[in-house]
Amino acid sequence: MSTHETKGSGLKWVGRAIRRLEDPALVTGQGRFTADLPATHWVRFVRSPVAAGTIKSVSFPDGARVITAADLTGVKKITPMLHKFSYRPVGQSILADGQVRYVGEPVAIAVASSEEDAEDLADLVEADIDETPPLVDARAALADGAPQIHAEAPGNVILEGKVQTPGFDSVWDRAAKIVAIEARSHRQNATPMEARAGHASYDPSTGRITLTCTTQMPHLMRTAIADLLGMRESDLRVIAPDVGGGFGQKMSLCAEYVALVWLARKLKSSVAWTEDRRENLIASFHSRDQYISLEGAFDQDSKLLALRADVVSNVGAYSCFPTTSGVEPLMAMAEMPGPYDVQQYQCLARGVLTNTCTMAAYRGVSRPVITFTLERLMDKAATAFGIDPIDIRRRNLIGTFPYTSAMGLVYDEATYKETLEMAVAAIDVPAFRARQQAARARGQYLGIGFATFSERTGYGSPAFAARGMAITPGWETVHLTVDPSGFVEARIGSSPHGQGLRTTLAQIIADEIGVAPDIIKVIHGDTDTAPYGWGTFASRSLVISGGATLLAARKVRAKLLKIASHMLEAAPEDIVLENGSAKVAGTDRTVTIAAMAREAYTQTHRFKGEIEPGLTESGTYDPPGTFSNACHVAIVAVDIETGFVRIERFLVAEDAGRIINPMIADGQVHGGVAQGIGNALLEEIVYDESGGILTANLADYMPPTAHEMPPIELHHLETPSTQSITKAKGLGEGGSIGAPAAVVNAINDALAPFNVQIDEIPATPQRIRAALRDATNSARSRESGNLGATL
Amino acid sequence: MTEKSTITLTINGHDHAIAVEPRRTLVDAIREDCGQTGTHIGCEHGICGACTVIVDGEPVRSCLMFAVQAEGKAIRTVEGLAAGDTLHPMQQAFIDHHGLQCGFCTPGFLMLAVGVLEREPDISDDDLIDVLSSNLCRCTGYQNIIKAVRAAAAEMRK
Amino acid sequence: MKPAAFIRHVPKTLDEALKVLSDVAPDDGRVLAGGQSLVPIMAFRLAKPAHLVDINEVEGLQHIACDGKTLSIGARVRHAAFHKPVVDGPLGALLSYVARHIAHYPIRMRGTFCGSLAHADPSSEWCLVSATLGATMVVKSTRGERRIAAADFFEGIMSTALAEDELLAEVRLPLLAADTKFGFYEFSRRAGDFAMASSLVTYRLAGGKIADARVGVGGAEPSPRRIAEAEAALNGNAPGEDHFRAAAAAAADAVEPLEDHQTTGEYRRDLVRAVVHRALEHSI
Repeated sequence: MSTHETKGSGLKWVGRAIRRLEDPALVTGQGRFTADLPATHWVRFVRSPVAAGTIKSVSFPDGARVITAADLTGVKKITPMLHKFSYRPVGQSILADGQVRYVGEPVAIAVASSEEDAEDLADLVEADIDETPPLVDARAALADGAPQIHAEAPGNVILEGKVQTPGFDSVWDRAAKIVAIEARSHRQNATPMEARAGHASYDPSTGRITLTCTTQMPHLMRTAIADLLGMRESDLRVIAPDVGGGFGQKMSLCAEYVALVWLARKLKSSVAWTEDRRENLIASFHSRDQYISLEGAFDQDSKLLALRADVVSNVGAYSCFPTTSGVEPLMAMAEMPGPYDVQQYQCLARGVLTNTCTMAAYRGVSRPVITFTLERLMDKAATAFGIDPIDIRRRNLIGTFPYTSAMGLVYDEATYKETLEMAVAAIDVPAFRARQQAARARGQYLGIGFATFSERTGYGSPAFAARGMAITPGWETVHLTVDPSGFVEARIGSSPHGQGLRTTLAQIIADEIGVAPDIIKVIHGDTDTAPYGWGTFASRSLVISGGATLLAARKVRAKLLKIASHMLEAAPEDIVLENGSAKVAGTDRTVTIAAMAREAYTQTHRFKGEIEPGLTESGTYDPPGTFSNACHVAIVAVDIETGFVRIERFLVAEDAGRIINPMIADGQVHGGVAQGIGNALLEEIVYDESGGILTANLADYMPPTAHEMPPIELHHLETPSTQSITKAKGLGEGGSIGAPAAVVNAINDALAPFNVQIDEIPATPQRIRAALRDATNSARSRESGNLGATL
Repeated sequence: MTEKSTITLTINGHDHAIAVEPRRTLVDAIREDCGQTGTHIGCEHGICGACTVIVDGEPVRSCLMFAVQAEGKAIRTVEGLAAGDTLHPMQQAFIDHHGLQCGFCTPGFLMLAVGVLEREPDISDDDLIDVLSSNLCRCTGYQNIIKAVRAAAAEMRK
Repeated sequence: MKPAAFIRHVPKTLDEALKVLSDVAPDDGRVLAGGQSLVPIMAFRLAKPAHLVDINEVEGLQHIACDGKTLSIGARVRHAAFHKPVVDGPLGALLSYVARHIAHYPIRMRGTFCGSLAHADPSSEWCLVSATLGATMVVKSTRGERRIAAADFFEGIMSTALAEDELLAEVRLPLLAADTKFGFYEFSRRAGDFAMASSLVTYRLAGGKIADARVGVGGAEPSPRRIAEAEAALNGNAPGEDHFRAAAAAAADAVEPLEDHQTTGEYRRDLVRAVVHRALEHSI
């Protein structure tokens, strides 16, 4: 369905939908995933069955190999740190030490020679726990007199961000209209198809440990685990092999991996753990559990003047490393104003500890929630002013750049208005409204919903530093080598796992040095062979690793030109690199890259000291960040008898700067939208009052299937980024950011005749039906009777 | 632990003599005992379909069968789809249409689609969507999987 | 999520199967047929049977036979066998239509008709079919054979009249008269998920009026059953919107709805009303 046309980069490879270099292995079963490795010992984590309590004892059969907290002497607690926002550091023991704080927290490790036997042993481990009343809901945890989950965090508040612009009060007071929303986003699990897995092995010849695991950031795992265990970092090698999706869930440090490395050192052997799906759903990282109260102050012309937000983010039982549990509330605070021109802003954003699984990043990080909230607010404001939802967006979207937000973020050139207009034209609003009217007359309820948003991508260390993290990610390094046979290797610190970076970086290199992408190998995910880097998350890799790749490739290009100049006896500026050769322009004098590479390694005496031997160059890139943007449109049909929502049509008009590979770019948007639709309609981790999880399988926790997905229509603009040397912006998260807002706005539009407001995600059929029932009941009690439909 | 029995599994035409407990699931035996790790485990309760293989011509969840039940049956996995260096049309279509990203669910989707299309080559487009809803993918949003399978179906009918 | 250890028995004949089942039943022995419901429960270790009597190699249980009055379905007949009509007339068409709604294609390759009944999930399509059409269960053990009517067979959520040493060897469904109309509808949030409510209706027309109406509801109560109040609202009336609505409302009122963490009784009644109405619409 894509209407993508690349906007003439003038380059040979960048902008082309070439097939992925990753694929041949993956479609033939030759991918190499962590769980494919054999191991001598298998472990099963014994997890707390209760949400809160004091461990009295852990007992197990005599002679069984079971590890408890008492064995882990000298192992530090995972204690992420923020130096701002009244952050209270709380520590997490690798195995619960004294207290348990959520259902699923590791309490002991059963070790055996197979997974089955380890599970049998784990079933025999008995943790005697004195239960205490759990806190599951963030608002309950904030209440006076609520139990303290960590002594270090009074009132269960782990951090508190506050901001108010200087002119806020006076603008607020003179607003013509205040529009408000109480939004609720329930809890989600990123649910990569490969759950977590780790394998630690001991090398008796060197004493080194190799940890193979499903991580998005192998280098940081090495740093963190070495710190916690008091190891030399060089004694630990971390490998992220093929990784079966991450979506943020695999960017945080897991206590389980620390335990595996500890065990491999203790047993001097190989030890493996493959998380099962139930564990993943209850004990891997969760996300998106937020309450947001948002108010907008508008002037009489429906121009947004000020926003006031109160964000309560349920961060679970511990803080995640490295981002800390600030990841959601602070993102919400920083980016709440979204794509709108609004210069006055007040926000209180709190991270609240509860007896639930620890919250961490998931694709979009908070922005699916804040976009949902803000876009619902804009629709409510349109209703309040009696204008079209499209018009209120036209009136308020940012149109001049660079734009500095109320939070001080600098938005680079983007196309908020243009993508909106593109979407409006493509969806044909008048035709839809006519169809909607006709359908209503038949008792069928169709709705259209829009979501416009900005997606901050590719941000480097200065942007992260604003959060005050003890660990400040940002830059990336690439080592680019032409080997003596003329083949090209790029070693990168990013750690892609499905994003196609081996292909897109090869396209960037290919254009720069004049070779075909298929002779370029991108090497990543192994701390022994790749340069230190931050991994793949936050829509950063193509921008930052891509930028570093381009910088390295430029240096290699310069060196190739020097060598060619030497070999062809021509001035460098007269030489062009193309089709694997250097050529003196306007002549037939050429030398192949293979010959130049051989020269660079084996005939360096001929360079007479004017050219350094070898053909490896490095590039490091640390950009300020660049904003992608998009408009999503959903058309839905709501079945008012059951509350079921069918998405008829989904359209995305987006702008992510220069597109390196349109096929891969479209795939990223498709996948994001699917997760956004899951977020909007289906996926919810449900806790009961005792802190147990009621959705611990994939029948109850419901990622969408092919059947629930509408065809997705894509429309692209390509505004070259001035903040990214490849001119590309990131786009990994946008799909998931816009979809919940568009879908739920469409549901509300469909249900406009019933005067209900759905401000909760997922908007399940149960919730929709309950809202319709309530509306009918209150309408009946007002004796206003005729709603135009039988409910 | 119970006693292991010695069985032979025939995977992609090759016999693997293995000793397994009765509780060993077929997918664990394929992966751990026969070393064919192309078949993946996604949920172990029959929802995600990552472990789909073809047993005696039927696409099935290999997490919901015990290995001992597959003795004497012809098991096909992703490793056996290509003919030498020539990819199966389904594999080629997944590459051509970008039907995979991380590649973890891909073997299950390939075996599901091949298994069903071999049985029902003229399956309707709507029924094909129903079939593809058997398995979960978290990366692609299914758009390109559907495209790829339709393209391969046309190719397989030739 | 690996099953706990068990001992597997692989009888080749029915007598052998009944013998071994009778031997191991007191020691937590269970029948393994398609395994599509039992194995997931074992993976979660919610069930840890010490013995499994695997009937997949028992001869004489694969039959689908029709004697002109009833359709007999043996214990090894899989859901996919019904993808195409197994018998001429409305019953074959009904079973084929319903079969396509059972879980997903690969599950239908393995799961069995009788296994679904023995498992007795409230949402099971085959349980609904059996309850609505008045199936007879042919149950065997070393103690002999007995026949149980569907109405007496389902005793609650995953609970049946089967004794632990009994095998559900065969199900018999009465053939439907050639002029029988049927309609089926189920509601689930995703394709292939367990139905949150489902309905199967059959009836004939006598002089333009509904006769012999059967209205079955599944997924809404611990067991699927016919709803007499809904049938009464149909019998003697012409098929059409008013009577369909009345029957749907009667069914919604009559059920004692299951509730769970996301589904209130009120919502379940809403769904019953919708699925009965839609099954009736589908029947036209």
